[in-house]
Amino acid sequence: MYDFLLPDMGATAPILLVALIGVVLVVVDSFSNDSASIPWLSGAVLVAAITIELARVGVTDSAFMGHVMSGGFASFVNVVILLGALGSVILSVPYLSRTGHNFGEVHALILIATAGMMVLANAGSLITLFVGLETMSICLYVLTGLVRDNERANESALKYFLLGAFSTGFFLYGIALLYGATGTMMLSDMPAALVETGRTGFFAGGVALLLIGFFFKVSAVPFHMWTPDVYQGAPTTLAGFMSTASKTAAFAALILVLGRILPLDDVGLDTRHVLAIVAAITMVVGNVLALAQRNIKRMLAYSSIAHAGYILTGLAAGALGYAGALYYLLAYTVMNIGAFGVMSVLEWDGKQGAEQTIDSLAGIGSRKPLLGVAMGVFMFALSGFPPLAGFFGKYFVFAAAVDAGLTWLALIGVLASVVSAYYYLRVLVAFWMKKPEDAHVSVQSAAFDVPLFSKVVLVACVAALIALGIVPGFITEAAGAFFVTPEATALLP
Amino acid sequence: MHTTVLLILILPLALAAFNGLMGLFVPAYRKNEWLIGGLGTLAVAIPFVLTVKLFLGFHGEAEVVHFFTWMAAGDLQIEFAYRIDQLSLVMTLVVTGVGALIHLYSIGYMHGDSGYWRFFAYLNLFIFAMLNLVLAENLLVLFLGWEGVGLCSYLLIGFWYTDLKNSAAANKAFIVNRIGDFAFLLAMFVIFAVVTGKTDGAFGLDFTTLLAPETLGLFGAGTLLAVALLFFVGATGKSAQIPLFVWLPDAMAGPTPVSALIHAATMVTSGLYLLARLSPMVLMAPTAMTIIAIVGALTAIMAATIAITQNDIKRVLAYSTVSQLGYMFLAAGVGAYFVAIFHVMTHAFFKACLFLGSGSVIHGMHEVEHELEHKGFLGSHGKSEEEDPLMAVELPYEGKFDAQDMRTMGGLKRFMPLTRWTFLIATLAIAGIPPLAGFFSKDEILFKAFELGYNGHVWSYFVWIIGLVTAVLTAIYMTRAYLLTFEGTPRWPDAMDTKPHESPWTMTVPLVVLAALSVVGGFVGLPAVLGGSEIHHFLVHDGHGPVAEPHHEFHVPVAIEWGLLFLGLAIAAGGVLFAWFVIRWGSRGPEADTSVKRFFGPLYGTFSRKYSVDEIYQKWVVNPVVNSARKIFAPFDESAVDGAVNGVAKLVQGIALRLRGIQTGVVQHYALALVLGVVVVLALMLLG
Repeated sequence: MYDFLLPDMGATAPILLVALIGVVLVVVDSFSNDSASIPWLSGAVLVAAITIELARVGVTDSAFMGHVMSGGFASFVNVVILLGALGSVILSVPYLSRTGHNFGEVHALILIATAGMMVLANAGSLITLFVGLETMSICLYVLTGLVRDNERANESALKYFLLGAFSTGFFLYGIALLYGATGTMMLSDMPAALVETGRTGFFAGGVALLLIGFFFKVSAVPFHMWTPDVYQGAPTTLAGFMSTASKTAAFAALILVLGRILPLDDVGLDTRHVLAIVAAITMVVGNVLALAQRNIKRMLAYSSIAHAGYILTGLAAGALGYAGALYYLLAYTVMNIGAFGVMSVLEWDGKQGAEQTIDSLAGIGSRKPLLGVAMGVFMFALSGFPPLAGFFGKYFVFAAAVDAGLTWLALIGVLASVVSAYYYLRVLVAFWMKKPEDAHVSVQSAAFDVPLFSKVVLVACVAALIALGIVPGFITEAAGAFFVTPEATALLP
Repeated sequence: MHTTVLLILILPLALAAFNGLMGLFVPAYRKNEWLIGGLGTLAVAIPFVLTVKLFLGFHGEAEVVHFFTWMAAGDLQIEFAYRIDQLSLVMTLVVTGVGALIHLYSIGYMHGDSGYWRFFAYLNLFIFAMLNLVLAENLLVLFLGWEGVGLCSYLLIGFWYTDLKNSAAANKAFIVNRIGDFAFLLAMFVIFAVVTGKTDGAFGLDFTTLLAPETLGLFGAGTLLAVALLFFVGATGKSAQIPLFVWLPDAMAGPTPVSALIHAATMVTSGLYLLARLSPMVLMAPTAMTIIAIVGALTAIMAATIAITQNDIKRVLAYSTVSQLGYMFLAAGVGAYFVAIFHVMTHAFFKACLFLGSGSVIHGMHEVEHELEHKGFLGSHGKSEEEDPLMAVELPYEGKFDAQDMRTMGGLKRFMPLTRWTFLIATLAIAGIPPLAGFFSKDEILFKAFELGYNGHVWSYFVWIIGLVTAVLTAIYMTRAYLLTFEGTPRWPDAMDTKPHESPWTMTVPLVVLAALSVVGGFVGLPAVLGGSEIHHFLVHDGHGPVAEPHHEFHVPVAIEWGLLFLGLAIAAGGVLFAWFVIRWGSRGPEADTSVKRFFGPLYGTFSRKYSVDEIYQKWVVNPVVNSARKIFAPFDESAVDGAVNGVAKLVQGIALRLRGIQTGVVQHYALALVLGVVVVLALMLLG
């Protein structure tokens, strides 16, 4: 009777593989003191998963009776998540050993969180959505508090956990309402079921609560308050992981939900104005507050809030903006992993990152040119300078918003990104144009040599940003194929 | 096809990146001169072989190879696409063929330079940009190459950047070119404004759409004239014509292979390529054509008169290049685009040969210089000439020994026989002695100018006469350069015991190949009376090829055609013989210049001052711009613009600091904000 299991397991192989190795690592870690092989193992499984997913971007399939999607959209998103995880794993190894927190469970947690993210991003039903969300979130709470002897880390982990649990409550309640309104857990059955039952009031409430859960995960304003504290307190490379992979997963799930259970035009429901208003507030608040930050990790946290606003702008445009949003997620993952990666190399005890201000990094660019140049590329990409990938990401989501009649939103977005240039470029001013004498001596002397693997990741990120910027067409064409509405394909090159 | 074109383009880029990055990050790699140079040469030689393959398999139908969409916005859709047709194939053959030879030459020439890896990285990058320029299917990719070659030219002119003079020359080239580039951009804007929305689907500035008769019909006569002239201004920048030619002579500050490749054979001809590519369009603007022809003719004669007064061997060749480019524009202006491209090709052969020959000579003279320095003749070894007056040598010019000055050369034919023979062949070729390549292309240009005059455009006779005079001057100054360098007796100090040697094989092989091409290269374009021009047939293809030509009502009678042919021959031979046997630069050395001085009288001063163009630009253009920037724009920028920007910045920062207060760090407050958000979202969903 279990003969359906085998093909299903094949279809979800990357998720299962990553989860399995995650569990294996827990066991290995408890029985052996030698943890040197653990990073290799986790890196290898991530590479294997990426390879499998890349091979089947072209075919769309589903598994476990439609509860989990595979191939096509799911593969694309999984590749982005896995790339984020891979970058974080590689950057974490020297960072954590340097800071003395190279616990084997880090890798187990990263892998299990990654598996959770993929489940979330590939969900075909509300159940898998919730399971994925929780698997991911709980791992992230633990990772935030990884540095047990640091008060600030503990504080931020607890905050994250409390608020996360709070928002999950809304999410779960939204699921209950949706089930109540339609009588089905499957996303794709919902529109038809809703027309049958006619319980649109219930349904709208359910959608609203579900959206709240997503807004919290992608840190949209005003559900963002945890973000700066958590990113500042968490180990730097893991903050990079959270800011990229978990957001990608949440956004992918949001696109699935929006794309599957909406269009609700038939029943007179519309989410676009909610998304548009939240996007506008998020872009403005995120960018303006980032201006006031002196600590770079906090600044990057607000920057990631602002970027969530840009991506929400794409989603507010409806099906027109989904492909652009996917491109954006990829670009954003690459540039943010890189930016956090550079910051991780400039720390040496795991605590300084919480205290380092922009002034303490004065002149680091000429001391460590590779870091300086890489950071330059990341900052320019984040602020959306052509020809880097960040520019095209913004262009695609804003163009979609204009085409969808949301010109005002695109305008706010463009103005907000003008503001962002100030705080991104300020980092470069500190890196290159300030004299090292102005900085703490400790940063200059103690910032450790850039390990080879970190260099490889940073250079790869730089190369990817340039390549994605020169040939954005490859990605958007692939992404556009997932949303085969005629308008969406007309917009894409 | 797809793969071949990709390989042709990507190989130079890949090797540029490889040599550049390896050289930058792996200091040990910089020592492997043979590896760096070999890879760099292969990165151009393999594309050459591939292009030959494409050429042999070409069946007369233009093909467009599409790679990916570069950018798409509204009605604009720019593709990364390349065009394989007769014109782009000829240009690609020249670029990769001559390019590969010059890369090979550079292996020997740049030996021992600390920037060896950098040189090859730049040179390969240049080839990549140049290939983009000639293969592009649309104006924007062409512009990418156009800007790319400009950048590489800048980098290579300033290659020895520690000498401020070289950096200044690089800046000059770059800035002057920007003026032309600006006109190019404007032309593209005009075209886009006229065409967009009127074609099927998005418009990508592609040649297929642009040069279709329907599209050209969209342009009014005035717009067409404006576009043609704007492109021509762009071309005067890149191809060093009046009024933007001033950068090219200074560009000789770069290493000699660079002068040969970029500033003689390829990049400077891109303006001609542009006009030939757009010939169906430019032909429809007759006023623009007249202007092009006259500017070309004036540039040709002006540069030729300057060349006759120069003593620096590379400067003679530089002005000669400007002059020859003027010839090509003359050809374009009288509607003979295919002849312009023909002359681009033959000129690439003999001028590259001349430049590389001069490089070989300079290489030898550097050897002399080092030996003299070693012997103490040049007052070096830490002592100035005042301290050591006995050893100081008198030079025929002020300042220190200059390895490029022809006044201290002479008699080099004994020491550098291969360089001498190849240089002589190239000199005769450029002078227009049959049956060498230059004779046919130059004769065809003059004939076409005459033909247009014969068809009723009287101004064309004027252009033709200027062309004839320039031809005499060319023969004279090139023979002068050859004689001063290779004939007569050595004029450098201690010439009895200090001897230069022939250059290594990597340098002489390219010389021999280029000299051979200078001999046979002209046969693809025989004049009509001698059997007709292959290259005309190939490029124009009875109106189906990429290059357009005007329709002439009257044919020049065969007798006159023969007459013109012999006139050309007489002029070229007369010039050479006059310089050799009447003025006798060979036996008299630089003394012989006095005969020329006497002949031209006060005009000679104007020539040798280069018509004071640089000074005029300095006084009437540069100074006013700099002054107004200093007195008007800088204060405005500092007070008004900065004030507004800083004001907004302060305002936003103030808001930010206030808003920051919300982030209290207390988790209850966070939860409260979250609940507020919940209320808003619920309200919007349920009520909105």
